[in-house]
Amino acid sequence: MADKLRTTQQLEALQNKYIGTGHADTTKFEWTSNIARDSYASYVGHPPLLQYMSLALGDASREETRVRCIEGMVRPVGPPPEVQD
Amino acid sequence: MSITSNMFMYSLTLQPAGMITQAIVGKFVASKPKEEQLVLAQGERLSLNAVHRKSGTFSTLVSQDVFGIIRNVSSCRIPGTPSDLIIVASDSGRITVLKYDEDKVRFERVHLETFGKSGIRRTVPGQYVATDPRGRCTMFASVEKNKVVYILNRNQEQQITISSPQEVNKAQTLTFALCAVDTNFQNPLFAALEVDYTDIDQDPSDNSYNEREKMLVYYRVDLGLNHVVREWADPVDYSANLLFQVPGGADGPSGVLVCAENSISYRSSGHDPLTVRIPRRRGALEDPNRKRRIVAGVMHRLKGDFFLLMQADDGDLFKVSFVMAEDDHGRKTGEVTRLELRYFDTFPVATTISILKVGYLFVASENGDSYIYRFLTLGNDIEQAWTSETYSEEADMTPQTYYQPHEFENVQLVHTIPSLNPQKKTIVEDVEGKDDWKIYTTSGTGARSALNIISHGLEVTTHTQAALPSAPLYVWCVAGAREDDHDKYMVLSFSDLTMVLAVGSETREIQDHGLRADVCTIHMAQMGDYGMLQVWDRGFRYLPDSSKPDDSNYPAEDWKCPPHRTILKATSNHQQLCLALSSGELLYFEVSENSMHIQEYDQGDDQVTVSGVVQSMSMGQVPAGRQRAPFLVLGSDDSTIRVYSLDPGDEMLKSQSIQSLTSPPRSIEVLPMEDGTGMTTFVHVGLYSGVYLRAVLDDVTGELGDVRSRFLGAEEAKLFPVTVNDKPAMLCCGARTFLSYPHPDTKEMMLTPLDYHSFGYASMLRTGLAGQLESMVGLRGAEICVFTVRDIDSNIIRKNIPLKHTPRGFCRHPDFRYYSVIQSDPNTLSQRTIKQLLADESIDSKDRYQVGPNHQFGWPRANGHWSSCIQVVDPQAESEEDAVVYSIELEDNEAALCCEMVPFENQDGETFLLVGTGQHMRSGTQTPKGYVHVYRVLAPGRELEFIHKTAFDQPIFALLPFQGRLAMGVGNELFIYDLGQKALLRKCRAKTPGVQIVSLATQGSRIVVGDLQESVCYVVYKHAENKLIPFADDTVARWTTAMTMLDYDSVAGGDKFGNVWIVRCPKAASDESDEPGAGNFLSHEKSYLGGTPHRLDLLVHNFVQDIPTSVQKTTLVPGGQEVLFWAGLQGSLGIFVPFVDREDVEFFSTLEGHLRADDPPLAGRDHLMYRSYYMPVKGTIDGDLCERYFVLPRDKKERIAAELDRSVREVEKKIGEMRTRVAF
Repeated sequence: MADKLRTTQQLEALQNKYIGTGHADTTKFEWTSNIARDSYASYVGHPPLLQYMSLALGDASREETRVRCIEGMVRPVGPPPEVQD
Repeated sequence: MSITSNMFMYSLTLQPAGMITQAIVGKFVASKPKEEQLVLAQGERLSLNAVHRKSGTFSTLVSQDVFGIIRNVSSCRIPGTPSDLIIVASDSGRITVLKYDEDKVRFERVHLETFGKSGIRRTVPGQYVATDPRGRCTMFASVEKNKVVYILNRNQEQQITISSPQEVNKAQTLTFALCAVDTNFQNPLFAALEVDYTDIDQDPSDNSYNEREKMLVYYRVDLGLNHVVREWADPVDYSANLLFQVPGGADGPSGVLVCAENSISYRSSGHDPLTVRIPRRRGALEDPNRKRRIVAGVMHRLKGDFFLLMQADDGDLFKVSFVMAEDDHGRKTGEVTRLELRYFDTFPVATTISILKVGYLFVASENGDSYIYRFLTLGNDIEQAWTSETYSEEADMTPQTYYQPHEFENVQLVHTIPSLNPQKKTIVEDVEGKDDWKIYTTSGTGARSALNIISHGLEVTTHTQAALPSAPLYVWCVAGAREDDHDKYMVLSFSDLTMVLAVGSETREIQDHGLRADVCTIHMAQMGDYGMLQVWDRGFRYLPDSSKPDDSNYPAEDWKCPPHRTILKATSNHQQLCLALSSGELLYFEVSENSMHIQEYDQGDDQVTVSGVVQSMSMGQVPAGRQRAPFLVLGSDDSTIRVYSLDPGDEMLKSQSIQSLTSPPRSIEVLPMEDGTGMTTFVHVGLYSGVYLRAVLDDVTGELGDVRSRFLGAEEAKLFPVTVNDKPAMLCCGARTFLSYPHPDTKEMMLTPLDYHSFGYASMLRTGLAGQLESMVGLRGAEICVFTVRDIDSNIIRKNIPLKHTPRGFCRHPDFRYYSVIQSDPNTLSQRTIKQLLADESIDSKDRYQVGPNHQFGWPRANGHWSSCIQVVDPQAESEEDAVVYSIELEDNEAALCCEMVPFENQDGETFLLVGTGQHMRSGTQTPKGYVHVYRVLAPGRELEFIHKTAFDQPIFALLPFQGRLAMGVGNELFIYDLGQKALLRKCRAKTPGVQIVSLATQGSRIVVGDLQESVCYVVYKHAENKLIPFADDTVARWTTAMTMLDYDSVAGGDKFGNVWIVRCPKAASDESDEPGAGNFLSHEKSYLGGTPHRLDLLVHNFVQDIPTSVQKTTLVPGGQEVLFWAGLQGSLGIFVPFVDREDVEFFSTLEGHLRADDPPLAGRDHLMYRSYYMPVKGTIDGDLCERYFVLPRDKKERIAAELDRSVREVEKKIGEMRTRVAF
């Protein structure tokens, strides 16, 4: 029993430290938002990729693309599903 | 699989990425405490650059590859230290603190502290870096959640200390911007723009999303308690994207400027917000609904004042100044009365703007070249101003928010920093068929785009080019005295006479020179202390004092050749003279101690004779601190060179060593040059076969060793010693003129062609006039040219042809030299719409104008519109204006996306230009469509004739000539089309297992399809059945950006994440696909995991950081081996050189291993991990890392060389030759 508790605690610590660490009940919404947010952060973080996106989208400036990507992270896959009681 | 079956490539950068990610200004050089330098982060390089105080020219002090992605840089001055530190955030998950070490000319790492995982991730800090203006601490922030603060300090021993990280994390919070707040010497403060999405993630309705707020948050670093607290948060305009620091303490009110769409507002925790609207351009071509955003800016402090310059996204720069409230005594208080905004000037859209205190503005452009401007005024006289007082939330477009942009009024362009970024399409081609390979590439966006022609060479400045009445054979420039630093005479030798010119502000012929004018001089030099030597075929004359030719105290001495002999060759320095006679005798003379006479060395009975006819010989100059040059190096027509001792003892004219050659030596020069070990004496040999050799001459034994050879072209190689930037160099004239010199940084031997014609004879000319001390004079037939080579830092010459819109591709008709360049700009008004709007009578005539010139102001923007054209460009045009010879505008919102020259068999093999387009792409309202336009190329290739266009239901991204017909991709379907009278006619169709075809390549009846997202797929065309059958695809989803076939089975490509890879089709699958009559079998073969029946093998994989946009298998230098050439989006040019020899692979991989350990990357990224960023590096050796060997300290070099069982020179030669064999 103690072992199980420790495993749960370790998992919780991981989940706390590294967002996106999944668990048995990860929903599709959580999983897809997480991937989308990771992707957006990667677009913004890699300078060549941000420039590539900016050129491809025809944005006026790279700053616009950057803000658009981070803004995309706010709600990347639409609203969460209704909670079924 | 055994390792021996693998393919190995040596990856090298020819030109590093040009895109400037970040630039900072600071005083990084401790010995120059008043001078500011620029630190630039470009791709994976960090460089320190100086801007010349007077001229504004830009020069690089040091540039280093950090083998990591630089995310951000910041500067920091810890009080009491002599220079600024550089703080680098990279993908290593570590903070790197660097300083510049002047003595070693490189960056020195002061601290390296780990705070997170490596790689660029959502929660690893480093996306934003802000440093306290007083240099006490620095904050790293990630896009989401994490922020970490490091406190920097100085201890008793003057060492810089760094604290443990202070974290201040808030989960589910996104950071949009970060800046430090100036609090003077109170506890440091950082401001961030944040959005919390906790509620949004929980709320199934749209309520929380619609009510989300962007907060301006202050974080205070408590230096006493050593922790960080979130101190203050206040909602700001939701569109806010940037923060700028406002000076505090005695300089200003402190606080920050928050930039949002259409507004800039001043925020401070104890102050009312003040907002000023961003005005917009006036005119009919401006979209009134388009919102403008600030993209870059800089704050600048003056004595007792400050201002900010901010750039909007169409390039207009605004000056923001603060009007402060004054107290009863007229002193400024901390309260801001209003903000004032003035339109300053228009610049290219920038990533970073910096101001240098000496009066320069540095604009690091987002796309294309970057610039340095000189400030003419600070814009204090600009009258039109917008203030925060007139701002109200409701007043949307008050009339006064318009202005008219103007050409530069307040600044003047002084320097351009070239950059090929963004590079779209690149072709390496030898258009003229002269084995002169040039790189044709496109760069820039919008109205600042260009077609660039890049060639390997050094730029030459011509001073004089004059025709002489007849063609001279030789030219020499002779100084009056040994110590003179400039030349006095220029001597021209014709077939029957000699002409002497006095060098001066006006070079003219003189008669009273004391030399013989009636002979054909074969050698001429300064000799003795003030004397001069003239050698002709039957004798020589020595003038003890060249300034007094008629003075009887200094009589000229004549020496006559023994009968029935002539002088073949002569060589001299100021002390010695050697003559080679037609009889094979070798005579040696020396100048007497008082310089009055010249004496022959008595060889006694055993006269030295040379077998064969002497072709060339040299002694070199007398080495510093010695009496005479120790060796004579002589080459004869039996294809040997011999070294004779000139030691006056027993060894005089004794042969020391002999070296056989592949061809007789045309010219020999002994010239010391720098190399990795210091000054070394080299024997330079030019052969009749056109090969140039450089061998080390042992100063003691006279042995020749460490030979380097290069082929210059199929003409005899003539050598002439010169100096460039006070360093000795060798001018090599063959089919082209080359300069051999040590690399300024690595001291490695460089051989670079001059961008000039070839010469029959050349000489150094030291004039001392107009600051041009070092020039060269060359003879080209009857023409005499005086020229200089100034810059040997860059061996790449770039020529630009300006274009109209962002280039997307280009191609050339095989018969003509003209390129057709397709260009298109998204969100831009088309030329036709511009004309319509300007002609529209219903608009006020004052508004009907177009701002120009376009390269400064760009094209008018409008969402959903496309502007596109096809231009025919002459790459060999003399001037930029004549280069564009023909232009066609595309209409109906079409945009050209790809082009190809396709020969059609049914048109008797005539080649047509085909352009794939997209219509209404991303317009929002209409569905996108595609077209293929067909143009006939009219001889001589300068004009195009439109034939017809065929509609498709998707934009066309890839076209390919295929067996006299056209192969093309529409979505994920591959088609074969033939040319019909009114449209293209469909012949064959196949579905590929991808999403969107973006590139095509072919060999035989195989077509390789590059997919947007699903790597490459091999398709075979079965002629008998008229079927296209995909038979092999990849296991990994590579987002292919460019690809090419290396051989029938292998494909090299690049992907969107910055990898270069090579995949190969398994032999069995490849053979099976080509079996005749296998069409039915193949098309019914069982598909594997939803794809094709077979999978490709990965051979080579390497992360190169930049996104490859073109790959090509080509040679780059005459006679060079074929390499895989790639060009990247950010302007990098690189090559992959295949290894031929197994031993070389082992050598270089061991060397790479040693360098990884002995010279770890500067920013703390593990090199192997870096090159394996997305996938483990495979079959690649990093040449850029290997070349770091040149700049290692001597002891490390020796240690590594010992481990490799080689000498340092051998290792350097091997590394050097890997590059010079195939490229430059």
